[in-house]
Amino acid sequence: MKKFFKVILATTMVVAMTAALAGCGGSQSADQPKAGDDNESPQKETLIMATNAEFPPYEFHEGQGIVGIDAEIAAAIAGKLGYDFEIEDMAFDSIIPAVTSGKVSFGMAGMTVTPDRLESVDFSDSYATGVQVIIVKEGSQITSVDDLFADGANYNVGVQTGTTGDIYASDDIEGAGLGTIERYNKGADAVQSLATGKIDCVIIDNEPAKEFVAANEGLKILDTEYAVEDYAICFAKGSELTEKVNGALNELIADGTVQAIIDKYINAE
Amino acid sequence: MGDWLEKMQAQFELNFIKDNRWRYIVDGLSVTLKVTLFAVILGIAIGVFIAIIRSTYDKNKKEMRPGLGKFVLSALNVISQVYLTVIRGTPVVVQLMIMYYIIFASSNNKILVAVLAFGINSGAYVAEIVRSGIMSVDLGQFEAGRSLGFNYFQTMRYIIVPQAFKNVLPALANEFIVLLKETSVAGYVALQDLTKAGDIIRSRTFSPFLPLIGIALIYLVMVMFFTRLVGMLERRLRNSER
Repeated sequence: MKKFFKVILATTMVVAMTAALAGCGGSQSADQPKAGDDNESPQKETLIMATNAEFPPYEFHEGQGIVGIDAEIAAAIAGKLGYDFEIEDMAFDSIIPAVTSGKVSFGMAGMTVTPDRLESVDFSDSYATGVQVIIVKEGSQITSVDDLFADGANYNVGVQTGTTGDIYASDDIEGAGLGTIERYNKGADAVQSLATGKIDCVIIDNEPAKEFVAANEGLKILDTEYAVEDYAICFAKGSELTEKVNGALNELIADGTVQAIIDKYINAE
Repeated sequence: MGDWLEKMQAQFELNFIKDNRWRYIVDGLSVTLKVTLFAVILGIAIGVFIAIIRSTYDKNKKEMRPGLGKFVLSALNVISQVYLTVIRGTPVVVQLMIMYYIIFASSNNKILVAVLAFGINSGAYVAEIVRSGIMSVDLGQFEAGRSLGFNYFQTMRYIIVPQAFKNVLPALANEFIVLLKETSVAGYVALQDLTKAGDIIRSRTFSPFLPLIGIALIYLVMVMFFTRLVGMLERRLRNSER
């Protein structure tokens, strides 16, 4: 009887291992150790990536896992450097504290380099360009970015707390007395409020904006951009990882892997 | 030590002084107080009403003659039961979001929505507290009132409720304190209360220590202040016992 259990146990483990390996196979590079020598290979370190998986197509939940452009690029980098890779999902404004306190190895969440952030963390080279756009209801009075800054403008602007949209708008809209900023925990919540008419517009990154507009009827993205910015990966100040990751990232950019990943999510619609 | 102090001072300036960030805290505090105050009033109003229905029903269901009065009372009792079950059976954050995104989808008055959500939530807890207070007053008190010629409502008003109020005051104060802290989830609907104020500062400065400890201290001071007030009220009410 005991033997029977052992066999069952062994079979289950083999199945689980195969499944796990098959799972990462797609996104990792070819110099992965073969399944057979798993036992002999030295314990690999794990890179933990902090993200806010509410930001399609850069990172979002699909099935049981988190997928997206950032997730795949990070997995490719970890594969190239020979690390194991894990993703931790948290609120966007918790990512930098998590990185600086060493709870995670790096943060990657469609994050733009800003002077304020540079005071707390180091950034990698940029791997993608983001555009901040404005979502409005069809037939809204706001027809271009300039309308938000017109004399006497007084709109309720929705943003996600701590995003660049929030930081810029707090400054040049709220700070200038041209409207009120409503700070939501999630971009989707802000869009929900826009759809029900609680607020007049939402400032958010272009790619998630497209998904939100596709998912909600009666919304549209303004043609003019609110801001253009570069996405990068953030590390704790002085981390040795920065250079290593930059190296791997630039190789992946050079060999077209990064572009392929971006195309897979953005242009494959 | 000197280093640490200097660092703290720099942190303090970064988190509270720079760009007038303390404004977030002050505004947030006023939102928290407003929401708590009105929610407490609403909660007590709903709670007392429900408690009276429930205890009247429990005390009188046996003696009441069948008829319209009994029917109305039973119906109100059933509605109260459903209300208590639903409100106490679901988290307040979820209730708040249902209020904001579904029930009041078209309203932009977030403070009003929060007051309603927290008030209706608190009402359920207050109802049970007050009911336990009413039930705790000895039946003899009630009989004495009736035998002196008071009718049911007069007995309630002049004999039962004053005694019940004294019994439940500590529990009510506790409910108030819980409510004050519960409003910290208001940030879920983008209402900038005290907690959200700390979150916003944290999202700008990326230093979690001072914003979080700062708002924690403010909550603590508020709770200590209100606890003291209730203590004074309790002492005063106890004067009649001598």
